[in-house]
Formats: sequence, C-alpha cells, structure tokens
Amino acid sequence: MDFEKFHREESGRILSTLIRLLGDFDLAEEMLQEAYAVALQKWPAEGTPSNPRAWLISTARHKAIDRMRREQRFEQKAEEIVKTAESTVAPVSELEEEMVADDRLRLMFTCCHPSLPLEARVALTLRTVCGITTEEISRAFLIPVATMAQRLVRAKGKIREAGIPYRVPLQEELHDRLDGVLLVVYLIFNEGYLASSGDALIRRELCAEAIRLGRVLCGLLPGQAEAQALLGLMLLHDSRRDARVSAEGELVLLEEQDRSLWHAEQIREGTQIVESALRRGAAGAYAVQASIAALHANAKTAAETDWAQIAALYEVLLRTHASPVIEVNRAVAVAMARSVEEGLALLDEIERRADLLRRVGRMEEAAEAYRQALAMTTNDIERRFLRRRLGEIERLNEPGR
Amino acid sequence: MQYLLLIYRSEAEMAKLPSAEMTAMYGEYGKFTQEITESGNYIGGNPLKPTATATTVRVRDAKRVVTDGPFAETKEQLGGYYLIEAKDLDQAISIAARIPGARVGSIEVRPIMPRTQAVQA
Repeated sequence: MDFEKFHREESGRILSTLIRLLGDFDLAEEMLQEAYAVALQKWPAEGTPSNPRAWLISTARHKAIDRMRREQRFEQKAEEIVKTAESTVAPVSELEEEMVADDRLRLMFTCCHPSLPLEARVALTLRTVCGITTEEISRAFLIPVATMAQRLVRAKGKIREAGIPYRVPLQEELHDRLDGVLLVVYLIFNEGYLASSGDALIRRELCAEAIRLGRVLCGLLPGQAEAQALLGLMLLHDSRRDARVSAEGELVLLEEQDRSLWHAEQIREGTQIVESALRRGAAGAYAVQASIAALHANAKTAAETDWAQIAALYEVLLRTHASPVIEVNRAVAVAMARSVEEGLALLDEIERRADLLRRVGRMEEAAEAYRQALAMTTNDIERRFLRRRLGEIERLNEPGR
Repeated sequence: MQYLLLIYRSEAEMAKLPSAEMTAMYGEYGKFTQEITESGNYIGGNPLKPTATATTVRVRDAKRVVTDGPFAETKEQLGGYYLIEAKDLDQAISIAARIPGARVGSIEVRPIMPRTQAVQA
C-alpha cells in the first residue's frame, strides 16, 4: 500500500476520533505518531491489516492508556480518559464511516470556535481536521514554520484552558456557529484558489480539502442551505482549475480560458447543488456568488454569458457585502450587459470615493483595498483599472510626501 | 469548570437611564440570578459601586502608592460580576448572553484557574 497517500488522506479522520477518545489534542497527535511508527515496522512484514484506520486508532489508544499507567497520572482527568477509552468499542462496524464523520464534524466546530482568533481557526482546522502538516500550512500561508507552530500551540492551549467543548452546538446556536465554520472553509478554499504565490501543489490541496470539508458539512447537516451554497460555489470555481493558469504559470482571464478544459461533470454537480440550495431558501453571500459562478460556468462561450443577470446579482451582493471588488465586478457586468458608458460611469463613482479616501489621508486603507481587489480578480478590465489606481496611491504614499 | 463573568457597561450611559428603566433592569437581574441559582450554575456575584468610588493601590519599593479612581480608564467600566459553574465554554457563553447587561454592554468570560494549576504556575 502507498503509506504516504494513506497518511495524507486518513490522518485528519483518525485524529478526530482519537481526540474524542482521549479528550486531548496533543496526546492524540503524539499517540498517532507513535502508532504510525509501529505500523511502518509491522505492516511491510506482516501485511496491512484489513482495516488500517481501525488498527491505528486502536493502537494509538492503547499507547495512550499505557503511557498514562506508566506515568501514574491517576489524577481524576487521566482516570476518566482511560475509562472512556477502554469502554469505547473501536469503530470497526458498518457504523464506522458515520462515526468517523461525526468526529470530524465535532472537531470542526471546536477548531472554528468563535473564541479563537480567525487565523488560528483556519490553521487548526487544516492541521487537525485535514491532517496537513504544520510545514505545509506555513508554506501555503507564507509564514515561518515557528510562527505557525506557535499559533497552533496557543490555539490548542486555549481550547484546553478555556474549556472549549468538543461537540456540535445545540440547535439554537447551530446556525450562528455554522456560519463561523463555513467562513473558515471558504478562507481555506480562497487561500488555495486566489493566492498567486506559494507552492502550487499545496494550493491545489487546500482547494481539495475545502471541498472535502464542504461535503462533510452538507452530508452531516442536511438542509443547511448556506452550507450547500458554499459547496456549490467551491465546486464551480474549482471546475476551472486546469484552465485558469497557463503553462507559464500566468493567470488566464475568464473570457480567454479554454472552456474545453473546464470539468463538465463538476460544473453539473456544482450547478445542481446551487439550485438545490436556492430552492431551500439560501440567500446569503455564498448563494449569490454561487449563482454568479453558475452563470459563468454554464455559458458555452464568453459572448453567451448572461451579463444582465450577473449585474443584477452583483447589485444584490453590494447591498449586503459592499466592497471595492464587488463594485468593480458589478461595473464590468453592467458594461457587458448594457453599455460600456454605463459601466464606466460606475467606475468613475468608485474612483471618486477612492479619491476622497486619499484626500482624508487614508492611503494605506485605500491601497490595501485595491491590493486585495487585485488578488481576487482575473478580469483584464478590472486588473488594469485596479493596477492604475493602486500605482497612483502608492506613488502618493511614498515616504517624503 | 468555573467561570467569572465580568459585566462591563458605560457608566455615563447608565447615568442617563430613566429611573423606571433602572428599576426594570434590577428586576431582570433578580430574575436571572434566581434562574441560574435554580439551575445550579450560580456560585456568587455582586454589582459594584461606580468607578468614582474606586481606589487603586500599588506597592513599589515597599512604599504604598494610593491613587484615586480605577486601574484603567476605559470606555466601558466593570460594573459587576457573576461566578458560575458551567459544563464548558459554550454553556458559560450562553449563560453570559442571558445577563441583562449583555444587551447594552459587554460580558467578559474568564475561566477560573484551578488551585492545583495555580500552584504549578
């Protein structure tokens, strides 16, 4: 068997179950490492067990019990852990898949708890739920490994010290808390999808993980329309992955992409999921963005794009989530749907406001808004517009002025 | 686990409240305290007199320095607290959200450090 591949795909799931059984993030991680070490010795000689996942969970669990006995940590806490660990039957039945999935869901809510800083929620979800290594996460986010490791240590410390529970929130809190989880999934996806620097393989992995998390959420919380909308949005964006970047590594504009490279099956699935979410009443930002993505994805040629509807959807988005990016996107859609003049008039309006920001000295704020916008757009008109404005602000912002 | 729920609100805003509203709020606090006592979460709690009555004490080089007023000037001031027993942070948060002051001010939720841990630290 391909051990590397197994490790990559299964670590997050196994870790989720171990955290439930042992009630401790660090202990679970350490014991899993030890169980892997045993497996590396035994499996090649004795053959891979019929259920490698259950084997690893059970081995790690016994190692944890041994360690506690050895260290004679018979404080109340340790005793409790030994008791739950001993009394819980290893998940080997047909319920196994379901149980493991439930564990992942619980762990997601813990990692995305609103009392943790947002960046820590993202990192912790990737590390524990997805099983991505600290080194890989730090490479994906262009942050030194030591900083990322520290961030994870602090987050795990807070979970322990503040008593952040390991469970799915009660029905009355579920809606609010789910929003927090969806945001983390969306950020993970965007980090993979939008970043233009960093390791391409890891970025690809981030998109795949985010989609996997989206599927877990939709599978375990059926009827959550916003979760569906987000999954649809991610599938539709991701369906263009092979057409978005040229052989030279340059971003290819949406209008110029080779649409035969788009993944038709994924577009079909994403569109279906978005339609189902809309029928269930999804009306949030993910649903609107997913609808826009569906219109793009289902246009046979750039010229056949339904710009009028896209412009209308951006207007909806502007009412609830105003940002320079969305304003520029709407201006472009209006230019395509109605007339270039109307689109340009909207751009002028945005420029006037940016000008005002400059005049009141909020340069860095204005520059940052444009930089973010640039990172998020692959549309040529937008890019040219944003680059020009950013250049002007940066010149004004130079020291000595 | 035990949590301290620190109730912060603006004293200036409180001073502007009509007396009927103050009475209503005191009533709400009484009801809330009774509820969390019955549910077994209540350990202790008190309202505090305004920061105008506060004194800050420091000892530096064995010399006592006493100044008037609170430790820090902030937009919202500590006005009271509850000490509660809760299953976990989520339960502590949902109890904090029911404190009448949460609607006008902010509640800081702080886990109490167990004594054994305090000795180790």
